[in-house]
Amino acid sequence: MISLSHYLVLGGILFAIAVLGIFLNRKNVIILLMAIELMLLAVNMNFVAFSHYLGDIHGQIFVFFILTVAAAEAAIGLAILVVLFRSLHTINVDDLDQLKG
Amino acid sequence: MSQAIMQFAPVFPEIFVLAMVSLILVIDAAVDDSKRYLAYVLSLATLAGAAVLTLHGFSSMPALALHGLFIDDPLSDVLKLFLYLTVAVVLVYSRDYLRLRGLYKGEFFALTLFALLGMMVMVSASHFLTLYLGLELLALSLYAMVALQRDSRVATEAAMKYFVLGALASGMLLYGMSMVYGVTGSLGLGDMAIALQDGTDLHIPLVFGIVFIVAGLAFKLGVVPFHMWLPDVYEGAPSAMTLFIGSAPKIAAFAFVVRILGQGLESQMVDWRDMLVILSVLSMALGNIAAIAQTNLKRMLAYSTIAHMGFMLLGILAGSPNGYGSAMFYVLVYVLMSLGAFGMILLLSRAGFEADRLDDFKGLNRRSPWLAFMMLLLMFSLAGIPPTVGFYAKLSVLQAVIGIDYVWLAVAAVMFSLIGAFYYLRIVKLMYFDAPHDMAPIMASPDTRVVMSVNGLAILALGILPQPLMAVCVHAIHASF
Repeated sequence: MISLSHYLVLGGILFAIAVLGIFLNRKNVIILLMAIELMLLAVNMNFVAFSHYLGDIHGQIFVFFILTVAAAEAAIGLAILVVLFRSLHTINVDDLDQLKG
Repeated sequence: MSQAIMQFAPVFPEIFVLAMVSLILVIDAAVDDSKRYLAYVLSLATLAGAAVLTLHGFSSMPALALHGLFIDDPLSDVLKLFLYLTVAVVLVYSRDYLRLRGLYKGEFFALTLFALLGMMVMVSASHFLTLYLGLELLALSLYAMVALQRDSRVATEAAMKYFVLGALASGMLLYGMSMVYGVTGSLGLGDMAIALQDGTDLHIPLVFGIVFIVAGLAFKLGVVPFHMWLPDVYEGAPSAMTLFIGSAPKIAAFAFVVRILGQGLESQMVDWRDMLVILSVLSMALGNIAAIAQTNLKRMLAYSTIAHMGFMLLGILAGSPNGYGSAMFYVLVYVLMSLGAFGMILLLSRAGFEADRLDDFKGLNRRSPWLAFMMLLLMFSLAGIPPTVGFYAKLSVLQAVIGIDYVWLAVAAVMFSLIGAFYYLRIVKLMYFDAPHDMAPIMASPDTRVVMSVNGLAILALGILPQPLMAVCVHAIHASF
């Protein structure tokens, strides 16, 4: 029998992978975008699991909105990526060093 | 009016702004460059119309709408009026700057108004769903605005950094929200507060969720240790976008924090207060010390923002209506000062010249004594020197902190403010005691000069007579809690 805690642990692991992906990846900006998507999907997993075990539908409705916003976010992210590639001719994370941050 | 329409009455300002943005997008697509001012005029008209609608529907009692997703209370109405005012001032300041750089397009106005709509939803949200959607509408518009200057390498790089870290913050906030949802079984802030009133046996998961929510909020506010995007975005973005990012969203972020922590999770105050103490002390320390080393004024003001947001958190962590009232006063005053400081950069810039280095302010007194005096008022106020309003804002926040017996925190805040005074006063020294590098005349148009004068003098006037604004803040908070 799969219990709520199994889902939460899976969600937690996915979330941790995504955060590590953002901080450890020094190669490619597209991998950053993938990590961001994974993070939102980990959250969705949590919401659906809670929604099912609480018997409350609102969590699943929230997931629809998160999915929609994630699509808009990916669109903006890729658009910025295209602009970036046009001016820098690279999408290597290490080359984003004009600003000392 | 029929019953069906009246249940949407609290949302009229938002619906109006949405309709007008769509109209502006269509009109701007149809006109050529010579009629570009249409979008500008229509944007200002939108703000005026929304202000009339908000004033007309001003509620003295909290009223829920859209099945509890949306709340219309004095807090949201007052903050919305200040948002309209801030955005209007941003549009006036940035007009000439944008025109000289080929950015004076319908996109800028549409994105600004969409961001405004997001902020309006944020200040009126009473449900995790509306909080999240408002936040994302604001954030997505801001990412696009930063990247609007497509031929600038630093602007696109800043946009990418802002996007990645902003998305990370949203993810953390959502993860925290999912945990709190799991514990309380509700997404509405009101139901959540009721569910948590009698305590819960799931205390550990709840605190786990609150940690993530506070981290996400800290990212959005830009407080240490989640501040790293802020200096880069402020420096890299075109100055007009920096002016916008540095002003209006702070009001929305304040409302966001107060809604989640003060209304939804109020009963868990012992848990989040200590987190806010750490965040605010670190921000005041790092912000004020790192600002000293900067040579770029936009970057210096970014670190100053970090320090000021840390100071504002002091009012929120007091956790009382008086504390929230003083934090609200602080954030409104901060936005006024930030508008003036970034506006001055825009006023002094001209085609091919950004005026964003500290050296560009050398000898400003000889080039324009009046603008130098306005900048002096702004810097005195940011440093918290009486009789400017910055002093009174800091005083009221410190009173709230002392009210909860955190005297050491108040002492630390005053010490860090003293360190901060150094770099604000350095600008005053540059303006009055150094010889100017270039004597080129200042090209600012008359209406921006008038707005700048009003902006600077308002800081002085509010410093001498702070009571009316303070009364508005305290009343709005008391009527909404």
